[in-house]
Amino acid sequence: MIVSRGFRGRRRDGPPDRVPPGQYLTDDFPVLSAGPTPHTPLDEWTFTIHGVDEPKGWTWEELQALPRETVTVDIHCVTRWSKLDTVWEGVSVDRLLEEVEHDAAYALAFCDGGYTTNLPVEDLTGGKAWVAYSYGGEPLDPEHGGPARLLVPHLYFWKSAKWVRGLTLRDEDEPGFWETNGYHLRGDPWLEQRYWGD
Amino acid sequence: MSAVKAETPRVRTLELEVPNWAGHRAGQHLDVRLTAEDGYQAERSYSIASAPGEGVAITVERLGDGEVSPYLVDEAREGDRVEVRGPIGGYFVWDGDDLQPVLLVGGGSGVVPLAAMARQRAQVGSTAPMKLLVSSRTIEDVIYRDELDALAGNGFGFEVVHTLTRSQPPGWTGYSRRIDPGLLADVAWPAPESPRVYVCGSTRFVDAAADGLLQLGYDARWIRTERFGATG
Repeated sequence: MIVSRGFRGRRRDGPPDRVPPGQYLTDDFPVLSAGPTPHTPLDEWTFTIHGVDEPKGWTWEELQALPRETVTVDIHCVTRWSKLDTVWEGVSVDRLLEEVEHDAAYALAFCDGGYTTNLPVEDLTGGKAWVAYSYGGEPLDPEHGGPARLLVPHLYFWKSAKWVRGLTLRDEDEPGFWETNGYHLRGDPWLEQRYWGD
Repeated sequence: MSAVKAETPRVRTLELEVPNWAGHRAGQHLDVRLTAEDGYQAERSYSIASAPGEGVAITVERLGDGEVSPYLVDEAREGDRVEVRGPIGGYFVWDGDDLQPVLLVGGGSGVVPLAAMARQRAQVGSTAPMKLLVSSRTIEDVIYRDELDALAGNGFGFEVVHTLTRSQPPGWTGYSRRIDPGLLADVAWPAPESPRVYVCGSTRFVDAAADGLLQLGYDARWIRTERFGATG
């Protein structure tokens, strides 16, 4: 261990069972994205599941008509901030996947602006992931991924793809955008799976 | 830490002697981990300021509510030891191996990874036309001002344009406002040249710059952004 002379730190640690190693708590909601913020009109917006014999799509209105869940979750960004008790509304990914026949093990989420991120289907099912369109009781801001983003709070937040437009189901794992640019394939914050080699 | 240098009242450059550094690309970042005597640790990411051929340096701005940046800017001194991990990131990078025009747009300390690209251009003798638009609050807040002006003064296709958003010194001939579409229209390469674009700064700054460039007809795919939030 290399001690940094005179460093004490501020120790906004938070509850250890809720703040993963190497993270600090913030009350802000910082933004990380690789390009400009897309602005897709809702009447052109769809969410589609590809990679199946019969792809399935929803318009914005059709998505709104699906059962809405409200979840309160902690989120963890790989840039080291964590935010507790964030409140989202959206549709469970379980509910969406119910409507396609598949036995895929992996999914690649795709988004406006060209962003992609890969996830095992296991990480998207079992009540662990949502297509979220509201944050803190308000429609989701474009800078935070509105009109809708994936919400997969048990993984680092880059997996919660902003401006999500669908999933491509796959038999094999294909690295997404950050995953081809140095970041971990799975991104479990409790295992500090930040970068390649973690 | 092999050397420290004040850049502005709030910003300092730290040169790091990193054993077994694998080399980096202009635009990448690294993680700095500080450890207190009782084992408490804090870790943050910082853009690498130096060009690939120049050793490792980071330039850090002190954030008022920060935990690591106040230590690095006010406390750390030559000979101190920190842990470093990197380089990290493969997207917000420019290698200088093609001739596509480059537009760099930096707000405040967002200029740091962009300066690495300007240094890289000089290091490898690239002739890619490059413009750097820097937005700072006051003239005292401009990071690397002399060095960037010197690089631009060489007249080999690198240009630097300043805007000062809060106050301007007497006789100031640069821009005096926040980045807006009109300012970008003056400075940016025409859209038909399909430039490579790197924008770095606060979220608000990056959105203003990127949206303005889209209005000029830039393709969203040309624009690479790096935003910093409250990551003190």
